[in-house]
Amino acid sequence: MNLSVKIGKLTMQNPVTVASGTFGYGAEYSRLIDLNLLGAVTVKGIRLNPVRGNTTPRTAEVASGMLNAIGLQGPGVDGFIKKYWPFLKSLKVPTIINIWGTTVEEYAEVARRFDALGGVGALELNVSCPNIKEGGAQFGTDLKLLAQVVAACRKATRLPLITKMSPNVVSIAPFARAAEDAGSDALAITNSYPAMAIDIETRKPKLANVTGGLTGPAIKPIAVKLVWDAARAVKIPIIGMGGIQNADDAIEFLMAGATAVAVGTANFYEPQTPLQVIAGIREFMEREKIRDIRELTGSVQTKK
Amino acid sequence: MLEQTAHIVSNERDTDFYFRIVLHAPQIAPLIQPGQFAHVRVTPLKDALLRRPFSIFQVAGDAFSILYKTVGKGTDALSRMRAGEELSVIAPLGHGFTVPKSGGEIPLLVAGGYGMAAMFLLAQRSPQKGIVFVGGRKRVDILCEKEFAAIGWEVRATTEDGSHGERGLVTQPLLAEIRNPKSEIRNYKLFACGPTPMLKAVAKIAEEASVPAELSMDEHMCCGVGVCLTCVIPVKTGDGWEYQRTCTEGPVFDARQIVWEATK
Repeated sequence: MNLSVKIGKLTMQNPVTVASGTFGYGAEYSRLIDLNLLGAVTVKGIRLNPVRGNTTPRTAEVASGMLNAIGLQGPGVDGFIKKYWPFLKSLKVPTIINIWGTTVEEYAEVARRFDALGGVGALELNVSCPNIKEGGAQFGTDLKLLAQVVAACRKATRLPLITKMSPNVVSIAPFARAAEDAGSDALAITNSYPAMAIDIETRKPKLANVTGGLTGPAIKPIAVKLVWDAARAVKIPIIGMGGIQNADDAIEFLMAGATAVAVGTANFYEPQTPLQVIAGIREFMEREKIRDIRELTGSVQTKK
Repeated sequence: MLEQTAHIVSNERDTDFYFRIVLHAPQIAPLIQPGQFAHVRVTPLKDALLRRPFSIFQVAGDAFSILYKTVGKGTDALSRMRAGEELSVIAPLGHGFTVPKSGGEIPLLVAGGYGMAAMFLLAQRSPQKGIVFVGGRKRVDILCEKEFAAIGWEVRATTEDGSHGERGLVTQPLLAEIRNPKSEIRNYKLFACGPTPMLKAVAKIAEEASVPAELSMDEHMCCGVGVCLTCVIPVKTGDGWEYQRTCTEGPVFDARQIVWEATK
């Protein structure tokens, strides 16, 4: 049975990684799960310099999900390399580094820095964070800026490039094609949905940032549809994510057209989820006599 | 830090809205240090997915207990669970209190409401006995007073309505003790757990009296293990401040490190 998949030049031993921002820098969860069983570890978004992040409250629980507006708090490239890279480098599985910037030049510079580091599995371009004023979703919701940022990073590195797409567009197809045409090796679909919650007693928003991003099972069907839309528009592989809690959820994404999947919010409440998903996919393949995981990709039957 | 399925040994009402739950968790219980917490998935909650953090109250052999107040749907659902049912627990978590040494500083514990529960292990494991100042709105908010007395601690209670102990805020008898001319020769250290305004007041008292203080911060939490960056508070660094995690660098912080001006 083959569970391994390829994302550009990157080979993953199985199709399951974790969503950026839900898994810290790997080390935090290494005491609860064996990271070497994952397809890849994807770390929280990093820009050139350290970022303090938003004021609190930063998250709020909502029905079947949560809102977050963390503000991409992080150590910057140098801080990450010093503090977290030695551990990640020691893992047997590849690390996907999520990067962002406030200008096209900054994205490219961060890509160059990680290219020079050596040993990085792939770079994921975060052009879809809804919680920062500059950068993030500003790039992912403008076709021209998206193409510029992907092209600049493509010039800056030979590492596999994964573009993490914003769900906040009328149609994802032209954005998917723009990323593909500019040299992206893969797409990550999707990020959180802009959302809001209000405390009716205080009449204040539940987040200090007023609005945030909705994640968790609440968004899963919308994310599955986005993957399906994008898969018909591009030839490059897609990493599907949005509310995956178990293997059945992951298989839906694969059938919709994803080559790999990422577990996100579920890590926060059940850290064993990524490993349960891998085990469940294996069981499904045995039961359905599927020899190669790639047979599942895009296998949804839409014709009557 | 371990994730374990814990069986409920008992789950009974203490007073009013307060409950005591005892969990059988043989791998976790022996590892628990004073001031640490458990991150609990309340299984019957369907669409409320996140775990709930609780300070650990007591440890006995293979089991530990939590003293909680029903404040929302998570704790309401928890209060309806029965002995024999299971919960998923990640624990022990966080950086707890420094246990006082024999012959060292005299510990003064300051607790507000269910903050009292977070201080019991500290009192029990401290070879140096001291005084517990406990405050609450009314009589039912003063918890486990007898248990502290039973392990040799003096308890001074205050209630805002005067229904039990001295009327007023918990900081009044604390200030009186610290300012007592007879206690000048004494070497005190404060340990506090309770609502943020109380912790802020304790930090101010400690600073003015040049007494060290450790505060257990109660922040909204999500993952509990340091990845989501929900529970951050502003903490002094060499040349400014940064957000640090209550679940990992805390919940216990040195009062002098907290940048109160930058808190909401």
